[in-house]
Amino acid sequence: MSTRRIAALLIAVAVISMGGIAPAEAQKGPIKVGFLAPMTGGAAQVGKDMVNGLTMWLEENGNQIAGRKVEVIVEDTQGQPNIALTKLRKLVESDKVHVLAGGLFAHVGYALAPKVDEYKIPMLYPVMAADDLTQRKPAKWVVRNGWTSSQPSHPFGEWVVKTLGYKRVVTIGIDYAFGWEVVGGFQKTFEEAGGQVIQKLWAPLGTTDFAPYLSQIRKDADAVFALMVAASSLRFPKQYQDAGLKAKLPLLGGGTTFDEFVLPSLGDEAIGGISPLIYSAAIDTPANKRFVKEYRAKYGKVPSYYSEVCYTTGRWINEAAKAIGGDVEDRERFLAALGKVEIPDAPRGPVKLDAYGNPIQNIYIRKVERKDGELWNTVIHTYPAVSQFWKYKPDEFLKQPVYDRNYPACKYC
Amino acid sequence: MEFLVNQTFNGVTYGALLFLLAGGLSLIFGMMRIVNMTHGSYYLLGGYVALTVMWGGGHYLLAVVVGALVIALIGIVEWNSFLKRLSGQELGQVLTTMGFALIFQDLALMIWGGDPYIIPIPAMLSGSVSTGPFTFPIYRIFMVAVAAFIASVLWLVLERTRIGAMMRATVDDPEMARGVGINVFLISMAVFSLGASLAALAGVVAGGFVGVYPGADFEILPYAFVVVIVGGMGSLKGALIGSLMVGLLDNFGKALFPELSYFTLFAPMAAILAVRPTGLFGRA
Amino acid sequence: MTPGTEPMIGAVGGASGGGARGGAALLRPRTMGYALLVPGLVLAALLVAPPFLSGFLLTLLTQALIYAILAMSLDIVLGYTGLASLGHAAYLGLGAYAVAILTTRHGAGFWVTLVAGILLAAAAAAVFGLVALRATGVYFLMITMALGMVAWGLAHRWVSLTQGDNGISSVPRPTGLPVSLAGAVPFYYFALIAFVLAFWFLRTVVRSPFGRTLVGIRESESRMRTLGYHVWLHKYLGFVIAGGVGGFAGVFWGYYNGFVSPSDLELATSVEILLMVALGGRGTLVGPAIGAGIIVLLKNLVSVYTQRWLLILGAVYIGTIVYAPEGIVGAVREWHASTRRNRT
Repeated sequence: MSTRRIAALLIAVAVISMGGIAPAEAQKGPIKVGFLAPMTGGAAQVGKDMVNGLTMWLEENGNQIAGRKVEVIVEDTQGQPNIALTKLRKLVESDKVHVLAGGLFAHVGYALAPKVDEYKIPMLYPVMAADDLTQRKPAKWVVRNGWTSSQPSHPFGEWVVKTLGYKRVVTIGIDYAFGWEVVGGFQKTFEEAGGQVIQKLWAPLGTTDFAPYLSQIRKDADAVFALMVAASSLRFPKQYQDAGLKAKLPLLGGGTTFDEFVLPSLGDEAIGGISPLIYSAAIDTPANKRFVKEYRAKYGKVPSYYSEVCYTTGRWINEAAKAIGGDVEDRERFLAALGKVEIPDAPRGPVKLDAYGNPIQNIYIRKVERKDGELWNTVIHTYPAVSQFWKYKPDEFLKQPVYDRNYPACKYC
Repeated sequence: MEFLVNQTFNGVTYGALLFLLAGGLSLIFGMMRIVNMTHGSYYLLGGYVALTVMWGGGHYLLAVVVGALVIALIGIVEWNSFLKRLSGQELGQVLTTMGFALIFQDLALMIWGGDPYIIPIPAMLSGSVSTGPFTFPIYRIFMVAVAAFIASVLWLVLERTRIGAMMRATVDDPEMARGVGINVFLISMAVFSLGASLAALAGVVAGGFVGVYPGADFEILPYAFVVVIVGGMGSLKGALIGSLMVGLLDNFGKALFPELSYFTLFAPMAAILAVRPTGLFGRA
Repeated sequence: MTPGTEPMIGAVGGASGGGARGGAALLRPRTMGYALLVPGLVLAALLVAPPFLSGFLLTLLTQALIYAILAMSLDIVLGYTGLASLGHAAYLGLGAYAVAILTTRHGAGFWVTLVAGILLAAAAAAVFGLVALRATGVYFLMITMALGMVAWGLAHRWVSLTQGDNGISSVPRPTGLPVSLAGAVPFYYFALIAFVLAFWFLRTVVRSPFGRTLVGIRESESRMRTLGYHVWLHKYLGFVIAGGVGGFAGVFWGYYNGFVSPSDLELATSVEILLMVALGGRGTLVGPAIGAGIIVLLKNLVSVYTQRWLLILGAVYIGTIVYAPEGIVGAVREWHASTRRNRT
């Protein structure tokens, strides 16, 4: 190859690589928010709902945070930790964002946390609910402004015994960490209140046919607690009904079993399903009613909790930035401010963080009902100001291992 | 006893679902030896097209027919433009069909969005029948009926009609078939499009049970391959028996060994292939 | 003559030059110099690249190098032995999990994890190979897919070891080495060294009589058997070597991300590795390395600019097979050979 060609090649390389270098940031320019979510693949719609939530808040507030313009850069994680890590690097090093937010899957959350700590840049986790992220494996720079998987389950376990009077329950959940944590939280408080989990079934991710599990469910139970997500939430109620179980055993669920993401696609088989979550589109407050109405007008569907938490994230960043006079470049101060944000009237109600960095918020017990031809999660009871530790003392709670497949053990099986 | 009856019913009906998923693949993969990663996409698109028809007010049966026809067309185009040149090259087939699968997945996301749907099934197919301690969902019985129907039609066509004989000849030995005056091109195209439309049919029927959503295409793909491989390629009988076997194995496996539920499908497949690399009823 | 299709005359100690398929008979001093110049330039460019590249691009290049090792290892099985494996991601995963478990739980240093990762992957390949090599062609594809899914299932279910779908995080950078590899640039060079070593090793393998026998087997198993070669043993050893090198890549992958989870072993990854090999040009070693680079760039860079990157990826899959069935390297060779023909 001639010297001219070599030189041309090297110049080309240099030019291409410059495309990756961001221009130097002027002080007090726009606030840049890096948002990570799965925008392609099986969870693409959830990613979109998350982005829509954040976008809606920003548009309602003139695309401004603490008086500065906002620039949101959305990056597709494709649901894969290594892609998420690469995009994180890009957002921080090339795009020079001031704050990050997003993430859906627990394993992505665990992958990003150490890197976020390394970069010393705040990242909000509005959706990722893995318990240990704010319990036994916390990261300093992660602001978890969403929920923990077991948070809604704790009050629910108690409520089922005391209010519904069910003493013997069969649990069936998807066999992965989120499932273990939701079921585990339920089992702990349910049994402490005098209930008995008499059977624990686990179905692998991607189960299309729940028949082998449904036919094993013990008929001498009072109710069934099912933890389903996404596609399994779509299939389970019908299969449950068709197996003749709905008539005999009331169906309880984790919040994601009946959440607003799948509810529009469910039918009569879901009616009567009771589940706990940090949100319901049917919450009867002015703030939420307005939120639901606007969201629906803008995006054509009822918002799920994915949208709400990201909508509130926009506000969260705003409150923190305002508290430090818009000086988000000072990351330590910004992080501290993010930890102190208190929002009294988010669509989901009042939210503030506990000492471990997880929200203290209302837990709503909801029941699926048909209203005006649509299915809604009507709120039938509210537990105010519930923390991730429920009524336990944090250091006591942290002594027990994280909920998994075999913890709590099935004493009455 | 109750356990046995229930699990057998479950296993058989799950096997029917698997046969629906794999029936089309057993034609394309089993007979034509084309490794078709787009099979999942046909399934998914069939479901989506049927949904669109039903949202537009169409009847369930119309949705099934339209879904099958549209996907048959897509299959023809894919085969004609790309696949027919790649016979014998499994790598080329895997990659080309994978490329189409990715394209279809993104197109489906753009057209129908990412929300999950269940295909609304006619009221008479909902609910269940109870006899004694047993409750059998009607829709599952319907799936068995559809699977049996398809299996019989396929068998009749392939074994008892002239066209079927031509099809078998074409996939067994295209050179000879051409020599005997069979229009290999047309017949191959017919077999491929038939396989595609079967996948779409599965998408509609299974869609009422499994749902239609992004990712469903790649979720069912390994299952379909498992059935065809375990049963043995080049054999409709193999696909039928394969699906029954896999359905029963998976069901009993999950019920008896819940710890191993992630393996009840693929470990037996690897085991069977280790002993008989061409599958249970396959011819090499 | 298109590369790779010349009849295997005298398969024993055949004259086709090592990592390059065909054309060796035309080696003359001028061509030889040319053959060294291009790789030399590429290596030089890779060596001096860091200061010119943004952090993001450097990261991508590091990833590409690691995946290149993985793709080259698959080339041994696919390109040189002619067996398309759909479960190769398992070896990447095993190497990465070895690193993750040994470092986070036992504080192991680099050399320990390196050996463990390679051995674990090679051992798995030894077991899988016994099962898979009973088949060829499309059955081989399916068995390897099933085995890959079994490995994925294990990663999911063996929670006490792998922490299930949560994965193992906070994997530290390698310890026990004279240099700290915490920074992006030092790690880049670390990966580059690994790549060069792997390339050199695999090149030696394919140029050796063993490697040439593999090619002979690819061209015609029956002929090789008639000539007295132990066909199965060669395929098996090739499979195990490929697995071991895959594990080697996995070790660096684990350190690089600082995180491992079952998604590192999923089926989609195995398909992607196949594409890397096909895109670059199978049976060339260099080709798969280039293919790896392109796919890594596509997934990470293109998705920054458009959410329709899947469409583009799909088109690349199809375009490769339609327009460049012998991959990029094959296409370049074709072009080079045709221009040389036209010159005479």
